Amino acid sequence: MSPEKLDLLQGTLDVMVLNTLAAMGPMHGYGIARRIEQVSGHEVLLNQGTIYASLVRVEQRGWIASSWGTSENNRKAKFYAITESGRRQLLKETAYWDRLADVMDKVMAMSGGAQEGDPA
Amino acid sequence: MSILRRARERWRAFGNKARLDAELEAEIAAHIDLATDENLRSGMTPAEARRLALLSFGGMNMAKDQQREARGLMKLDILMQDLRYTIRSLGRDPGFTVVAVLILALGIGANVAVFSVVNTLLLRPLPFPNSEQLVWIAPPPTKCGQSCATYSTDAYDEFRMYSRTFQDVTGYFAFSGPGNLSLNRGGAPIPATSIDVIANFFQVLGVQPAMGRTFRPEDALDGAAPVVLLTNAWWKTQFNADPNIVGKAFGMNGRQTTVIGVLPKSFDFGAVFSPGAKVDAITPLDLYGPPRQWGNIITMIGRMKPGVSIGQAQQDATATVPHMCWRNTIPQSCGSYAQKNGEGGVVPVPLKDYVSGKLRRSLVVLWSAVGTILLIACVNLSNLLLARAASRSKEFAMRSALGAGRLRIVSQLLTESLVLSLCGATCGLGLAWIVISWLAHQGAIALPLLSTLQLDGAALSWTLIIAVFAATLFGVFPGLRMAGTNLIDSLKDSGQGSGQSRKHDRVRSILVVSEVALACVLLVGAGLLLRSFMRVLDVDLGFQPERAAAINVAYDDSAPDGKASALKRAAIFQEVIARVSAIPGVEAAGTTDYLPLGQNRSWGMPWPKGIKPPDKSPDSPLVYVVSPGYLRAMGTRIEGRDFTWDDGPNGENVVMIDRSLAQYFAKLANWPNGNAIGQMLGTGSNGSRIVGIVDDVHEESTEAEGGWQIYYPMTQASPAGAELTIRTRMPPATLAGSILAALRELNPKQPAAEFKPIQMLVSHANSSRQFFMLLVAAFAGLGVLLAAIGIYGIISYSVTQRTQEIGVRMALGATLGQVQRDVIWKTLKLALIGIVLGTVASLFAAKAIAALLFGTAPTDPAAFAGMVVLLGAVALAAGWIPARRASRINPMVALRNN
Repeated sequence: MSPEKLDLLQGTLDVMVLNTLAAMGPMHGYGIARRIEQVSGHEVLLNQGTIYASLVRVEQRGWIASSWGTSENNRKAKFYAITESGRRQLLKETAYWDRLADVMDKVMAMSGGAQEGDPA
Repeated sequence: MSILRRARERWRAFGNKARLDAELEAEIAAHIDLATDENLRSGMTPAEARRLALLSFGGMNMAKDQQREARGLMKLDILMQDLRYTIRSLGRDPGFTVVAVLILALGIGANVAVFSVVNTLLLRPLPFPNSEQLVWIAPPPTKCGQSCATYSTDAYDEFRMYSRTFQDVTGYFAFSGPGNLSLNRGGAPIPATSIDVIANFFQVLGVQPAMGRTFRPEDALDGAAPVVLLTNAWWKTQFNADPNIVGKAFGMNGRQTTVIGVLPKSFDFGAVFSPGAKVDAITPLDLYGPPRQWGNIITMIGRMKPGVSIGQAQQDATATVPHMCWRNTIPQSCGSYAQKNGEGGVVPVPLKDYVSGKLRRSLVVLWSAVGTILLIACVNLSNLLLARAASRSKEFAMRSALGAGRLRIVSQLLTESLVLSLCGATCGLGLAWIVISWLAHQGAIALPLLSTLQLDGAALSWTLIIAVFAATLFGVFPGLRMAGTNLIDSLKDSGQGSGQSRKHDRVRSILVVSEVALACVLLVGAGLLLRSFMRVLDVDLGFQPERAAAINVAYDDSAPDGKASALKRAAIFQEVIARVSAIPGVEAAGTTDYLPLGQNRSWGMPWPKGIKPPDKSPDSPLVYVVSPGYLRAMGTRIEGRDFTWDDGPNGENVVMIDRSLAQYFAKLANWPNGNAIGQMLGTGSNGSRIVGIVDDVHEESTEAEGGWQIYYPMTQASPAGAELTIRTRMPPATLAGSILAALRELNPKQPAAEFKPIQMLVSHANSSRQFFMLLVAAFAGLGVLLAAIGIYGIISYSVTQRTQEIGVRMALGATLGQVQRDVIWKTLKLALIGIVLGTVASLFAAKAIAALLFGTAPTDPAAFAGMVVLLGAVALAAGWIPARRASRINPMVALRNN
């Protein structure tokens, strides 16, 4: 892996948000951003602020719901929770990512072989 | 469905901007607090903790923008911003805004008004269901008037029976004259106009009554109880919109007539079939009663079966012709409709073509003229915007320095154009509405369907289309120009004498030149139409319309036989004419049954005695049954003698014919010296002696050479009515009262018929030409005005820009005159280039409208010279004002100012 951080593909952040909420239960924006940073091992290039565009996008589609609540250290924050249709969407997305990863693996393996045999 | 849901949410978010923004602020604040808390817990100083929290959050504004973009409708947000900005900036410059909106209002208003006219007359189908199935069935144009354009009742019957491509065929009596119905409701009889139609008329047209019923076949039978249908307008004005009118009976033409229904407002007989005429009532035509003996009287209208093409209908008509007899009892008359002037005598054409086909060319010209106006208005606006752009270039340079992209600036400018254009369109719509409502009530203009004119959905859509089109046209150019300006140059440019302004100047000059050229084309077109109109007014009509007037006289000449009737008639009118002639101010009086430029008829050709008719005989002359003195009252010259009261039923039959017919007869019969006077027409006891030759009269149109005329004395032939015509020494209207009083004294049943100045008949005949001429002239005037504003604008601007230069020149010894001449020369140069280009374009345009001209060549030097003089003068005037200003520049002030 290159030492630089990974640039996020369009839409991947949305899936990460869904997955995080499905795994962790209701969380606030800061919590989600921290969680993604931690889980990705700080590999993902994420300005924490970017999470809010993703959250509003996913919420408008009805996959997550939000409400104001109080954090464990008594701060008012907006909490997000995954909805039923969000869970369904996550299943679809997971299947899609699995397939894509599979295909990518195969293609990359093939092109690797070609490079080795390249006379140049 | 999440996509739909998201779209809905985005719209909702767009509307809840303030609340959502506040919520986002709070959420981000909480985020930073939470992050700071965590950092504090890991042992940082408060300042360090907060700094790190902000750092990992990233660009605060970017995050907010991203969230807003994901949440709402960013494009719309920008548009709203642009709109607010536009309204502010237009409000700051009210002078510019008012002028721009006014120019656009005129340009767009004229376009919308003309579009409505074109739409009503040309584009929209006739106001009948499935109107594309309706056809007008008539012979090609002839010179023998309405008698040659109509069919006998027998012919109608046969056509209806034998034709196969028609659902049904109907028609109406073509000879109903105005004032032919007299309504008696106690007091003086009220004159009105009714049309006799075949009973199935409304079924064929597909018109449903607003109340009651339309005609049934039994209404038209011999001896049926008289019934009438009222037009909506007459029902309202004469019967106070009585909701219970159906079933009531009124005295009409001396018989108790039952009202069986009221026609809908949308049905206007005059608007479709006889432009400019007002019809009050519709009555059924008794096909098998007396009208059977009247010859050609029916105008045929057919409804084709669904899917039948006009070509098939025409073939069908041609195949049906042999069955059609002028009169079934005269076998020789069968098939007599087959040929008219070498063409088929029964030709269906789409009713729409018959109604407005003749106007197509005029309307297209009108449309082009008004389109040119819009172009000129756009060029003018472009020019104004460029001038404004010059003074705003710093503003835009500043915006782009602050990060606005090229596209953003162009879209801001286009928004401005669009706002201006829509404001203009709104005002223009108001103008158009005024014009249209006025036009719809111009009964005197002989244009079909004019009364149905209204501002409808189509006109509104058209307004929107041209508003957007205009905005793009005049906005894009200055927009691109502005967005392309060099940032540094603009910020540095002080505006005067710099390269940028020069470049602006050149572009604006090109615009002004094109404006002048367009105005040129309009002026030449208007000039040619004006010249044509004056030529039409100059036409020798064969009578003098000034100081002559006519009024329809009611009389009763019923008698057991023709001779007795003629004697009775002679007695009545000898007295009427004597009484009217005795009124002070009356120079001459006489009656005719048909007035010129109105209805007419013909009776077949009375060949000279002893002459075998040629194989290819010309159209027979139009027939007028007149009293002694009529021709003198009309101002028509007679060679030979007029009829006298002594030319009675027992005396020798006499006629007068017009000069062209006399010449034709003289040549045909080889009369000595070519003199027709004293010669005999016709054979045996029906022979008539020609006693007078009269001037050719324009009977059918003021423009075209009409057919021949023959005059019979009312004491020997039976007239269709009596139009008492008088010639007066003073304006005829002043005598209307005393003449009606005299007629009433002689016959108490005389209705208060309309007193028609003959000049009015002529104006009516010229009204459609006048209408188009005036409109095109008005557009030309508008075009010249806009061009003048354009010229003034650019010259004035360049004088302002060059204040310093002029100051220097004057300080160096240039005289007032030199400075003035310089400015005026600049103006004239622009105008001249425009005029030269415009003249070339005008030559093409003039060729295109050649068919609309009368007695005027498309290259008419007067029209072109007039245009050059007028435009030159306007340009001079437009340049003179800035020139004066330039010459008043005080060199000291000008130099100190900078």
